[in-house]
Amino acid sequence: MFDFLSEYDVLGAFWVTVQLTFFSAIGSLIWGTILAGMRVSPVPLMRGFAASYINLMRNTPLTLIILACSLGLNQTLGMTLAGQNFEQQNYRLAILGFVAYTATFVCESIRSGINTVPVGQAEAARALGLGFTQVLGIVVLPQAFRSVVGPLASVLIALTKNTTIASTIGVAEASLLMSEMIENESDKIFLVFAIFALGFVILTLPTGLLLGWVAKKAAVKR
Amino acid sequence: MRFSRVLRVGAVVAATSLALAACGGGNGGGGGGDEGGNESLVSRAESGRLTVGIKIDQPGLGLQTPDGGYEGFDVDVAKYIAKELGVEEGDIEFVETPSAQRENMIEKGDVDFIVASYSITDERKQKVDFAGPYFLAHQDLLVRADDNSIQGAEDLNGKKLCSVRGSTSAQNVKEDFAKDADLQEYAGYSECLTGLENGAVDALTTDDTILAGYAAQNPGKFKLVGANLSDENYGVGLKKGDTEGRTAINNAIKKMQDSGEWKKSAEKWFGPSGYQVGEPPAIEQ
Amino acid sequence: MSAPSVLYDAPGPKAKARNVGYTIAFLVALAAVIWWVLATMAEKGQLDGEKWSPFVTDGRIWTTFILPGVQNTLIAAGLSILIALPIGALFGILRLSDHVWVRWPSATVVEFFRAVPVLILMFFANEFYFNFTDIASDQRPLYAVVTGLVLYNGSVLAEVVRAGILSLPKGQTEAAQALGLRKTQTMTNVLLPQAVTAMLPAIVSQIVVIVKDTALGGAALGFAELLSRIRPISNNYGQNMIATLVIVAVIFIVLNFIITSAASWLEKWNRQRKKGTGAVVAPGAVDDVATGQAV
Repeated sequence: MFDFLSEYDVLGAFWVTVQLTFFSAIGSLIWGTILAGMRVSPVPLMRGFAASYINLMRNTPLTLIILACSLGLNQTLGMTLAGQNFEQQNYRLAILGFVAYTATFVCESIRSGINTVPVGQAEAARALGLGFTQVLGIVVLPQAFRSVVGPLASVLIALTKNTTIASTIGVAEASLLMSEMIENESDKIFLVFAIFALGFVILTLPTGLLLGWVAKKAAVKR
Repeated sequence: MRFSRVLRVGAVVAATSLALAACGGGNGGGGGGDEGGNESLVSRAESGRLTVGIKIDQPGLGLQTPDGGYEGFDVDVAKYIAKELGVEEGDIEFVETPSAQRENMIEKGDVDFIVASYSITDERKQKVDFAGPYFLAHQDLLVRADDNSIQGAEDLNGKKLCSVRGSTSAQNVKEDFAKDADLQEYAGYSECLTGLENGAVDALTTDDTILAGYAAQNPGKFKLVGANLSDENYGVGLKKGDTEGRTAINNAIKKMQDSGEWKKSAEKWFGPSGYQVGEPPAIEQ
Repeated sequence: MSAPSVLYDAPGPKAKARNVGYTIAFLVALAAVIWWVLATMAEKGQLDGEKWSPFVTDGRIWTTFILPGVQNTLIAAGLSILIALPIGALFGILRLSDHVWVRWPSATVVEFFRAVPVLILMFFANEFYFNFTDIASDQRPLYAVVTGLVLYNGSVLAEVVRAGILSLPKGQTEAAQALGLRKTQTMTNVLLPQAVTAMLPAIVSQIVVIVKDTALGGAALGFAELLSRIRPISNNYGQNMIATLVIVAVIFIVLNFIITSAASWLEKWNRQRKKGTGAVVAPGAVDDVATGQAV
């Protein structure tokens, strides 16, 4: 029953999914934090830019963003992201697309986290003579992060599932392999579906449970 | 009419979702459909209507136009065959047949026959029957009009190539012609052409008929190399075992070739790119 | 911390000058990026008039390709939300059941379909319909897209419904019980009607997710939704794929912006209403809903 599996590199495909998720998560965390900083910054232009960037990205299908990364950035503007060949380039472009999209959700989570920090904290910091970047970086953000572990875990799980969209530009992750397998093994579609569905359950469920536990531990008790 | 269709979708999806949710993806039942039965194409044509599978995204072969109609060499061939079978042009229903689904759609009876740059291969012949061939195409390369660095397959190593995912052309490149070529695979040819125009890829490879359509559509931008990398015999696909239908289609193709209609249509669609339309292939199936 | 201005002091003359400096630097950087993009596009001929003018001069590009694409996107999204709502409500309520043997299976189903990517559900649904039903090939992608979206969004909406009911004050249930209402009556007559208004913003913003996800059906199954129209347009109008991609993106953004605005308007309207309990499940307020939003 499982003989046909030896012809396919299911683990390899899921490993690509994990890598895509990992690098995209780090990228979106950084870019999302920068966006959140811009969003609450004293410079009106930066606030406006961050707000419109978020509005545009969130209302665009991720499929379109990934396609635009390949067709627009790579094929038209000639951006290769130092990839040696198309395989590498597509992989990196997909990560870039995921970061651009997911960062907006990270940003909104962090912003709501900033709102949970009591006003007195920032006021006290300002009274000590700290500037905006110091207030945000030393006092507010560390507390905000601790309260948004839960929402960020949800974003991470969504990102894991979203990496399947990289298949539209030919990145060989799990869903691309599944579409190939389901076509070749049309008599085993339930089995193929079960394998890939289970794969994603295994990837997302422990992440959710672990980060849920971390969220409880990390939350600032007030 | 439209509303009831939407309702039907709703009912089926709701039922399936509930069933799936209920049994968590247990074993679904129900046998595959086999409508149409073993009725011959000829007797179905007598009802006055035919459903024909074509491509709708290949200029010069089968393309959906802004008017909502279809045009191209394959469409001309399909219309001619239908006419010979006694079906008026207005009574043909054209249906898109994506490459990967062609055999399945014939087996299921979704279409009566397929004229869609459909190469005759032994593997496919196990599932469907072919009439024809009605055209002999070759795998070729499309390059920018001012690019003379690619003259044939031997120049491809180290070049950036583009093709459509899962196509035989893409496989041929990876396995035979140019193992060291950098191959980009997209869902459609249009993406490749964008890259080709912008210089991100050096060549697009697939059948020369398809490439000729693109070259003709964008005069001065792209040109065919004429590399002649393989022989592709285009056939008309129809249900396995329908000998009567195959004979009728073969006769229609023969008549189209002899009457000069074949040459006229081929030159109309492929000629503008500088493509040399040769003699029609002999019918072998 | 409601006003972000609490993060920094009111700018004095020095800070004001610094902010102007930042603004100019940011503006220059932004302009440089935009200039580079436009210059490179112009150099590659992507800004040529012939690639963009058909959208203005040729009405058929809209009537034959774009508008039917928008229509398909909306049909798929509309059907999905209409079917997913009752399924979601059912499972949301089942998860709140007093009986373990009802709560656990429904929780498993909901958690399972929330963990599986929509694309995988769509691939599977497509093959399922192909192998086990007689649905015609031109209809199959629509069925598969709607099925995938219903399975996923049904489970997300189940969580929304659950959160909506849980957001109601406990006194509502207690009062209903004191009146002698049965459990079913409490749910249908007291809790659900109030929960629905509380959930409306979250439900409407889920529509945005669905509209965006229909694009998956175009890429993976050949469903003729809006995004997939870039190929036929590009084939008929001199390979203007980049231009088409931009136009399609704008349509998606405008479409979703309207829906998002409706969601925030509903939220405001809910808050201002005097009646009811004032409970609101804001879009993204529930962790689980945030999951849905990010897809």
